[in-house]
Amino acid sequence: MVDSVFLALSVITIGSAIVALEVRSLIYGSIALMITLSGVAGFFLLLDAPFVAMFQLSVYVGSIAVLILFTVMLVRRELIFNKVEDKHRRYAGIGLMLALMLGIGTIIIGSGLKTMDTNSPMIDYKKIGEDFLTYYSPALIVMALILASSITGAMTLARREDVIDDQRAD
Amino acid sequence: MTNALIDFILVSVALLAIGIYGMAVKRNAIRMLFGIEMIINSANLNLVAFSRYIPNSQGQTLALFSIAIAAAEVAVGLALIIVAYRMYRNIDIADFRSLKG
Repeated sequence: MVDSVFLALSVITIGSAIVALEVRSLIYGSIALMITLSGVAGFFLLLDAPFVAMFQLSVYVGSIAVLILFTVMLVRRELIFNKVEDKHRRYAGIGLMLALMLGIGTIIIGSGLKTMDTNSPMIDYKKIGEDFLTYYSPALIVMALILASSITGAMTLARREDVIDDQRAD
Repeated sequence: MTNALIDFILVSVALLAIGIYGMAVKRNAIRMLFGIEMIINSANLNLVAFSRYIPNSQGQTLALFSIAIAAAEVAVGLALIIVAYRMYRNIDIADFRSLKG
């Protein structure tokens, strides 16, 4: 059976995920997304993966959420509160969501995963560091290059070259 | 440890379904990015949960790689949204018609 911490975490995570998509203001939406990502970090802590949890907190809550907040601030004020959507499409989307939840949920509950409740020892996170520096070191280097190039690409994309001089002055 | 693997998987399925709903219904580009984030997070939760119960450390390693790549993806996505906003003065994806190939 699940314990109360797990139950509270899942309610917070899924509830704020719905709030993030449905609330009118994008600013509150991004704050709700931040809460969802922190909830996932809490799940990582429950799963005895403190290193991944801290990575999640620093990368997602620390940088991505702030990046999204800044982008929201860059767009016009009316667009932040504007919520245009097709009603039929919305009902179809809710139907799709429920069908996915029920379908995949019943498949998973019916599968053999239920029996996996081992009391296996926790994975030492020193092992992850060793893996990163030995077997996965080429992948780590490639990932660093991808990150650097994508950040450079993002900055090149978002830079504007048509700034008029009087705009640059202020 | 009282939580079973299946509980984490069910939470991950719920998060995945909500993310797909956001991708399918919302027309605001930033909200669609929220949906993508939720889908990526449900995948990461799955990876770490299986890595805890099998047990094998490679799931956590893959989750770390996935988080880092997701950060790069969000940076590029937001830059694209800003460029499109500058061209169309709007972030409604229905207005981005001339981006069609």
